[in-house]
Amino acid sequence: MNFGLSDEQELLRAEVRKFLGDRCPIDTVRLLAETEHAHSPELWKQLAELGWLGMIVPEQYGGSDLGWVELAVLLIETGRSLLPAPLVASTLVVATLVDAASDEERERWLPGLVDGSTIGSVAILEESESWTPTAIGLRGEPDRDGFVLTGCKRFVSDPMTADLFLVPFRTGDGEREITVAVVESESDGLSRKSFPSMDRTRRMGDVLFEGVRVPASQVLGPVGEGWPVVARLIDRGAVATAAEICGAAEALHRLSLEYAMDRKQFGRPIGAFQGIKHPLAEMYLEVESSKSLLYYAAWVLTHRPDEVPRAASCAKAYASEKFVRIGVDAIQIHGAVGYTDDCPVHLYFKRAKWARPSYGDSNYHFDRIVGLRGL
Amino acid sequence: MDFDLTKEEEAFRDDLRGFLDEHLPPPEERAPDFLPKWWKAVREKRLIGFAWPKQVTGGGGSLMEQFILKEELLARKAPMLGRDVTGLSWVGPALIQFGTDEQKQKYIPEILDGKTMWCTGYSEPDVGSDLASLQCRAERDGDEYVVNGSKIWISLAHFATGIYNLVRTDPNPPTKYDGISCLLIPMDTPGIEVVPIKNMSMTGMAEIFNQVFFKDVRVPVERRLGDEGEGWAIICSALQNERSSITEVMRHSQRLESLYELARHSRVNGRPALEDAGVRRKLASIETQIEALRLGGMRALSRQLRGLDHQSQASLGKLHNCNLLVECADFALELEGSANQYMAGSEAAVDDGRWQVDGLAWPVTVVGGGTPNIQKNIIAERILGLPKD
Repeated sequence: MNFGLSDEQELLRAEVRKFLGDRCPIDTVRLLAETEHAHSPELWKQLAELGWLGMIVPEQYGGSDLGWVELAVLLIETGRSLLPAPLVASTLVVATLVDAASDEERERWLPGLVDGSTIGSVAILEESESWTPTAIGLRGEPDRDGFVLTGCKRFVSDPMTADLFLVPFRTGDGEREITVAVVESESDGLSRKSFPSMDRTRRMGDVLFEGVRVPASQVLGPVGEGWPVVARLIDRGAVATAAEICGAAEALHRLSLEYAMDRKQFGRPIGAFQGIKHPLAEMYLEVESSKSLLYYAAWVLTHRPDEVPRAASCAKAYASEKFVRIGVDAIQIHGAVGYTDDCPVHLYFKRAKWARPSYGDSNYHFDRIVGLRGL
Repeated sequence: MDFDLTKEEEAFRDDLRGFLDEHLPPPEERAPDFLPKWWKAVREKRLIGFAWPKQVTGGGGSLMEQFILKEELLARKAPMLGRDVTGLSWVGPALIQFGTDEQKQKYIPEILDGKTMWCTGYSEPDVGSDLASLQCRAERDGDEYVVNGSKIWISLAHFATGIYNLVRTDPNPPTKYDGISCLLIPMDTPGIEVVPIKNMSMTGMAEIFNQVFFKDVRVPVERRLGDEGEGWAIICSALQNERSSITEVMRHSQRLESLYELARHSRVNGRPALEDAGVRRKLASIETQIEALRLGGMRALSRQLRGLDHQSQASLGKLHNCNLLVECADFALELEGSANQYMAGSEAAVDDGRWQVDGLAWPVTVVGGGTPNIQKNIIAERILGLPKD
């Protein structure tokens, strides 16, 4: 048994951390956050050149053919630096294409997604904001060899930068009669809208389908049997988001710890007082526990598929709940400084609010953990 | 990263399973004379003191084998391996590391054979979390020490055959950590008086801990463990026991199954509690925390296996375990509603009053061996590097 990272994985971590420290320090994050799409095409291109957009893609499509542990290492670091980029969503599209698409479909989209010329996003949620098959109401009416889609997807991350969307839609009245297709953002009848968000490093909005034609060649897998693909995507999304949370929560803990060492009151660093020490110890327990759950979930994604639903739910439920709590403690440890725009703590605090509902909040995952017992 | 067992580890586990199939029936099938037979079988198999060296008739087991052994035993709800809890947990390991050959020969087989019952003399009436300020005095008089003072919160002292006692042999040491020694004192030595202290648990365990008074208690020098003044180092060390928290994890897992059972026959607002969203989420939250404790423990074990520092993960595990114990104990009583007042022995008690036992017994673990606040100080100062208070 070994819970540690291999030398290669440690090297990857160091490489990612160094790159982001150089190219995406917190001042750059702030600048990017105020651009129209909170996205830097140059940075995206560099991520592609480093091989980080195709980490879990087979080599034949230009990827590095690594596993989810490596991907988790990458996402912990992008979370730590609050990298504003559509990385999680695009990676989920990539992962779904790898195991649910036909050879032709993979050939068509994977190379572009891996070399950064194409950006993917995921459009699952609708008005009810529920991660269940019954919540999918977007209709796909049969049309020649494909479907015509009518309806609206909501809470889609980075809708304006995406070149294609992974879209589950309803092709029958049975609860799970769901079909998944790749829909290109330039398709006729598709419109999208981004709304200003609290976490400025992320963009989110609606994708409207008004008679969008999707040919059969863009459908992933058999018609009406797409729900398992979506369910797997949601689990992976939960793990990927939990990875970004782990890095961000660790950064927040680190900021608070450094402040507690520097800031002096009553003639001593405030970190000498138990009122500050104890929350820092609790935060540390929560950060380390989040990481334990995350690494295991990432490992089972590659090695024990049967354990994925429970491991993913445990990782995401715990991480999103604790990240929000850690954010509150971090602001309090910083005092009034923590309320200022200059202090980076609020950037993480807002990320926690963004990350909580993403791919299921704690309540969703708690309900699921009980549900997995057949109760 | 790899969570699979190796072939050798699987072989060890399979052999163990064969042994347990033969000697460990399920709890409901265990006869009244089961326990002595069990202890005899596990002693012969060298499972008692499994991690101890073979030279002292221990099992010589590796860290990973200890982990597998515990997991298998707990999964089958096995009783304790041996009866001398303190001897097996603290005294034996300290003897292996610091004892003379004579001391090892004399004390260790007794512990493994279950002939002894040790207790631990650490705290004193004015000395708790600041343990190094202990005052219980041992003055050298020829080949003997003369011990005067008192120790408090001593679990099992009223049954014990011996006390593993920390004393001050130098009253004016350079620092408070110096001048402390460790004596192994038979409880029947003249001058020892044991006074039980009633605790809040209201069960058969209500008088489990005691104050022990020492008045001119004469202890031969050969009963000193380690060098004079080495006592602090002795209690700070522990034999290479695996630190996976697997025991706590398995107990919490079994408790969680019982909590589900309780939720099945409890009611919230007139409906089955298990249909209540709040109850379900609380159960899942507990399950998630147990999983975090399990994986955190495996991280500690993994570091230990690779010879890296694992103390930090261990103190995190202790804090985590305490949080869970308090939460589970309280949640069960909340589920019972007003019936939470009915104790064991009352015909109105739910589940024969087992949750009342949990609900009133958690301080033994949570306060014993360092309160959560002390654990947080340790984490903050030793791991995070914050200045001392």
